[in-house]
Amino acid sequence: MKGKNLVSITDFSKDEYLRILNIAADFEKNPNQKLLNDHVVASLFFEPSTRTRLSFETAANRLGARVVGFSDSGSTSVKKGESLKDTIIMVSGYADIIVMRHPREGAARWASEVSSVPVINAGDGANQHPSQCLLDMYSILQTQGTLDNLNIAFIGDLKYGRTVHSLVQAMCNFNATFHLVSPEQLKLPSSSKMHIKNNKLEYHQYTELADIMPIADIVYMTRIQQERFSDPLEYEKVKNSYVLTKSMLEGCKPNMKILHPLPRINEISEDVDETPQAFYFKQAENGVYVRQALLAAIAGVK
Amino acid sequence: MNKDQRHLNVTAIENGTVIDHIPANNVFKVLHILNLENNKNQVLFGDNLDSRKYGKKGIIKVSNTYFDANEINKIALVAPTATFIGIKNFEVVSKKQVEVPDQIKSIVKCFNPNCITNVENVPSLFTVVDKEQMKLLCHYCEKITVKNNIIFV
Repeated sequence: MKGKNLVSITDFSKDEYLRILNIAADFEKNPNQKLLNDHVVASLFFEPSTRTRLSFETAANRLGARVVGFSDSGSTSVKKGESLKDTIIMVSGYADIIVMRHPREGAARWASEVSSVPVINAGDGANQHPSQCLLDMYSILQTQGTLDNLNIAFIGDLKYGRTVHSLVQAMCNFNATFHLVSPEQLKLPSSSKMHIKNNKLEYHQYTELADIMPIADIVYMTRIQQERFSDPLEYEKVKNSYVLTKSMLEGCKPNMKILHPLPRINEISEDVDETPQAFYFKQAENGVYVRQALLAAIAGVK
Repeated sequence: MNKDQRHLNVTAIENGTVIDHIPANNVFKVLHILNLENNKNQVLFGDNLDSRKYGKKGIIKVSNTYFDANEINKIALVAPTATFIGIKNFEVVSKKQVEVPDQIKSIVKCFNPNCITNVENVPSLFTVVDKEQMKLLCHYCEKITVKNNIIFV
């Protein structure tokens, strides 16, 4: 994996996913390994992010690397009108690896084509978020003991939720069955459904959250954002129909775990937090180990 | 009109290419995609001509110009039925059909307004994922542009 870009989750093979998850398990046992002492990691966040940026930077620090970058393009030459291409060419002359988040879809792919150092996509608009996907897979593996043959339910905004698109693509390698719960306006895009069909796997669509509770091994919650609706009335209609509460967990499978890429607003009520099914905070912690694994593998030290 | 049309149909070129069976009204798109707007040779074209096969059709004749498979396939989006007839010394020397290519570069705009190709100076690139229904997967934003949304750059 040395020198490889990670832009889209499909850039890695099934074997490469498993290798990253394996290395991540090693970092979970022993997080402080100064393997990147002589490395500089550029952390370019053209739009704000809390978890992704902090966990990438924590991962880099735990590996002993130096981090340069910005957390908001407002204070950079992007504001002066510099093209993404120029910014990336310049930074790739400074750093050994670029981690970037950008509001436009496809920005990371373009960056990887003009950069002379590997690019890790930390989110490009509504498109891909592959490191989140790998930490989701790590959490699934950790809670289920396997990635194979699982019933995975996705709830909420499946149209714009980039973590959903990446995870659907990745889990197509593991014979998953997909249960898709969303309002009509926020259904999974046809490109993701095509991916499922091309792998000869099944997906089922629902509008009621309760329908999937008895069958799901993993319940992957997402936030429904008001700005996705052109009509505010439509938002009011659906906003409370995809809220998970403690009482809804009755009758779920014993192995069922709830994941959420966070931030959560109200789609998981706080009384769920202390149930054995809640796994989202541990999932966020896993992000550091998985990102350590990614940085180490791409730098070629693991 | 019939007289004119007959006249046009029989106007032969000595050397060059006749692009026949272009769907009516797509002649101008073909001229644009093949960059014939900037060709320095004689270019003749007609639109809405009677066609036994298609009812109406367009035709283009370009002197001293030949097209390779790569260029021919560029017009698959607007003229999948077209035939490229190569002419040398007034004789037909080749006939090539348009085939839908696996990739389409620079000629189609991604329909996603938030795609980096619509924001920065990035040449568009698509993989044709469905050749019959013309579904184009953007190499950058990974969204699918369908036939009805296709706009030429």
